[in-house]
Amino acid sequence: MLELKGIRKRFGAVEVLKGIDLTVGSGEIVGLVGENGAGKSTLMNMLGGIYPPSEGQMSFAGRPFAPQDPADAFVKGIAFIHQELNLFPNLSIEENLLLNDLPTHHGIGKQVVSRQQLRQHAQVLLKRIGLDLPTSMLVGALTNAQQQLVEIAKAFRGAPQLIIFDEPTTSLSRHESEILFRLMSELRDQGIGMIFISHHLQEVLSITDKVVVLRDGELISQNATSSLTKETIVEDMVGRSMDKLFPKKRGEVSDQMLLDIRGLRGEGIGPLDFSIAKGEVLGFYGLVGAGRTETARAVFGLDPSYHNAIRWLGEDISHFSPAAWIKKGAVFLTEDRRVDGLMLGRPILPNVQLASLPRFAKRVLSRLSHEAIRGQVKVEVEKTRVKHLDLDTSPVAQLSGGNQQKVVLARWLMTHPKLLILDEPTKGIDIGAKEEIYDLINQIVEKGSSVWLISSEIEELLGMSDRIVVMNGGHITAEFDRRDFDEKAILDAALDRLNAEAP
Amino acid sequence: MTKLFTIVKRQGIIGLWLLLILGFSLASESFFTAQNLVNILIQASTLTIIAVGMTFVLLSAGIDLSFGSIMFLAGVAAGMLTTRGVGLGVAVPTILIIGLLFGLLNGLLIVRLRLIPFIVTLATFYMGRGLGLLLSDTRAINLPEAILQIGSSRILGVPVPVWIMILVVLIGHLILSRTVFGRYIYAVGHSKEKAAKAGLPVNRILIGTYAMGGLCAGVGGLVAIAQLGAVSPSFGLQSEFLAIAAAVLGGTSLFGGKGGIFPGTVVGAFTMQTIQNGLVIVNADPYLHQLVTGAVIFLIVWVDSRQNAKKKSLSLN
Repeated sequence: MLELKGIRKRFGAVEVLKGIDLTVGSGEIVGLVGENGAGKSTLMNMLGGIYPPSEGQMSFAGRPFAPQDPADAFVKGIAFIHQELNLFPNLSIEENLLLNDLPTHHGIGKQVVSRQQLRQHAQVLLKRIGLDLPTSMLVGALTNAQQQLVEIAKAFRGAPQLIIFDEPTTSLSRHESEILFRLMSELRDQGIGMIFISHHLQEVLSITDKVVVLRDGELISQNATSSLTKETIVEDMVGRSMDKLFPKKRGEVSDQMLLDIRGLRGEGIGPLDFSIAKGEVLGFYGLVGAGRTETARAVFGLDPSYHNAIRWLGEDISHFSPAAWIKKGAVFLTEDRRVDGLMLGRPILPNVQLASLPRFAKRVLSRLSHEAIRGQVKVEVEKTRVKHLDLDTSPVAQLSGGNQQKVVLARWLMTHPKLLILDEPTKGIDIGAKEEIYDLINQIVEKGSSVWLISSEIEELLGMSDRIVVMNGGHITAEFDRRDFDEKAILDAALDRLNAEAP
Repeated sequence: MTKLFTIVKRQGIIGLWLLLILGFSLASESFFTAQNLVNILIQASTLTIIAVGMTFVLLSAGIDLSFGSIMFLAGVAAGMLTTRGVGLGVAVPTILIIGLLFGLLNGLLIVRLRLIPFIVTLATFYMGRGLGLLLSDTRAINLPEAILQIGSSRILGVPVPVWIMILVVLIGHLILSRTVFGRYIYAVGHSKEKAAKAGLPVNRILIGTYAMGGLCAGVGGLVAIAQLGAVSPSFGLQSEFLAIAAAVLGGTSLFGGKGGIFPGTVVGAFTMQTIQNGLVIVNADPYLHQLVTGAVIFLIVWVDSRQNAKKKSLSLN
């Protein structure tokens, strides 16, 4: 149905796609994987009509395909579901679905929205994706997954024959993702072709018929999914095997407790008992909503909580706040680095130096030595291998997700922390950058600091942790030492009650 | 005090308004009379009309500081036209067109020059007032009887300013809730970037909201001078802040995309006018008016933000 032949794309002197041949049949789901910068987005943007290829032919439904703009691509039957949802939470489902084509009355009221027609149209669209909700509900009241489905329903305003999903599951829980996959297989039965872009290889393996791997603008492999494993895909993506991805160094975990928590209770969590030793990587696993982030937030003093005892290096701590923790050497890198962690409009230098400024000034009003700070920032940025143009002009918003994460890491490493709380540090970043972050975690614990690693990726935790604590429904349901790591047992502990609750 | 807080928390601005009415009724026998309630309605008409215009602008995540100047210009134009013998049939439409054009100008400057609304309308606030002062020779203009008659006559027993207010509220509310333009304002107010991505004519929508604002300010100016009978050099000063306060009291967000005219802005404007009127009736120190108004704005915004914080923490769990 879709056929690409010898597609090349150059931006100035840089060739980002070097001759791609690709086919998608009707009723076929093609997984498109590759590191960030491998050329996935460029390829999809050409299909979506955002820009044309420099060379090569595209044909769609038996005819040459050269969309003028996104609207034209949509009319011709290609719908592009972008990673960031374009929904308005303050408008209703029906208004969102038909926003740029609101049905109106005729004659004198031709600017007046016809509620009745709007409702009817919207109901048809919702039926198409199997979402049974009142169409007048505000989108802001929906769950992530429901919003994702509404975004997909928008595609059916036209008659899409090919739908491109760009990382649709990033903000979905496992259960929510399954709702999406069910819809995708229904669409497959209706003969609609799909391209599924994802960093989650397990998902790619479970839903696609064929997997295409891009690396550095070249098509590395194109195989039936049934013949693939996660390991072979990763090898194709990075050009080396997966063992190297999790280079866990067998560091020395000290007997000395760094942080010991007894009877922690917060909204929806607890009571919890757990501890982190010096030089240890403590993994926290659980489904979205299991209470992992809430636990970290409560410990760090971001949310109200109660506890029986919190000990830091044997010392009882009764009062704590984020500022007090940072003073003691505990830092928290939140899940949403763009919102909580970075000044996106500012360059690297102010972002990295931020937490260390007090160290460079004797008193609050004394002058800062800009050269000393700059020098130190440079060291940290090099250590964390942030790929950057310069330190003081380009805003960090221009960096890739992985590099933004490294900027946040550099900021906190500059303060020489004793404990690093990392909440989903590798979410949405490519494998190359992930590897570098794992490398940094190893360096940190080698120096005797500890890492509390919260993650939804079980491989990451298996690869990196000395110990894994599993949370489920606000409680700790299991704890595993490294020598007892067992993927199935960990998953069971995380899923258990949820399965029991399901009808 | 705690009881007051719970009532406000549960009923929002409407609860506060009813409480104020109850309080003033207990404090003075002459407050809760048919005569005085009609007075409040008449007094509230100007504020409500311009607050409707401000709601359009605020919903699009904008702000317009030039409302008072638009009202002043409208008043000066009315004075110049009518004192030269131009009939109301010509003068009234002219005034409305001046308001509309001023708003259009604001919108065009904001959209074409890509400047932030605060700065653009701050500049046009001075320019509008300056132009008005120049045209009026900084003298008060007394208006002919014909204009005052608009303010004092009644249709079906209801004063004309109140009719105009009802009409503006009704039309404004229908535009916002029922028309394509109105729904687009909410979309643009939530996120200009997303609206542009969805293919909406963002610039035209923005210009439209400022035009609506200017038009309402013109109507408001007309209704005000029809009651005052004269245009002084300070006419309309600070009206924009009253309009913003009324809209915000009624639940419209300064960040755009949230709120509405009915009941929101209308109740906000009525509340402010009730305070004014009630304090006069109970013979309060005139200096107290602004203190009380400020305190009420604080109370409402505080309650609102506390509720939002609560909702947020609930949705986390």
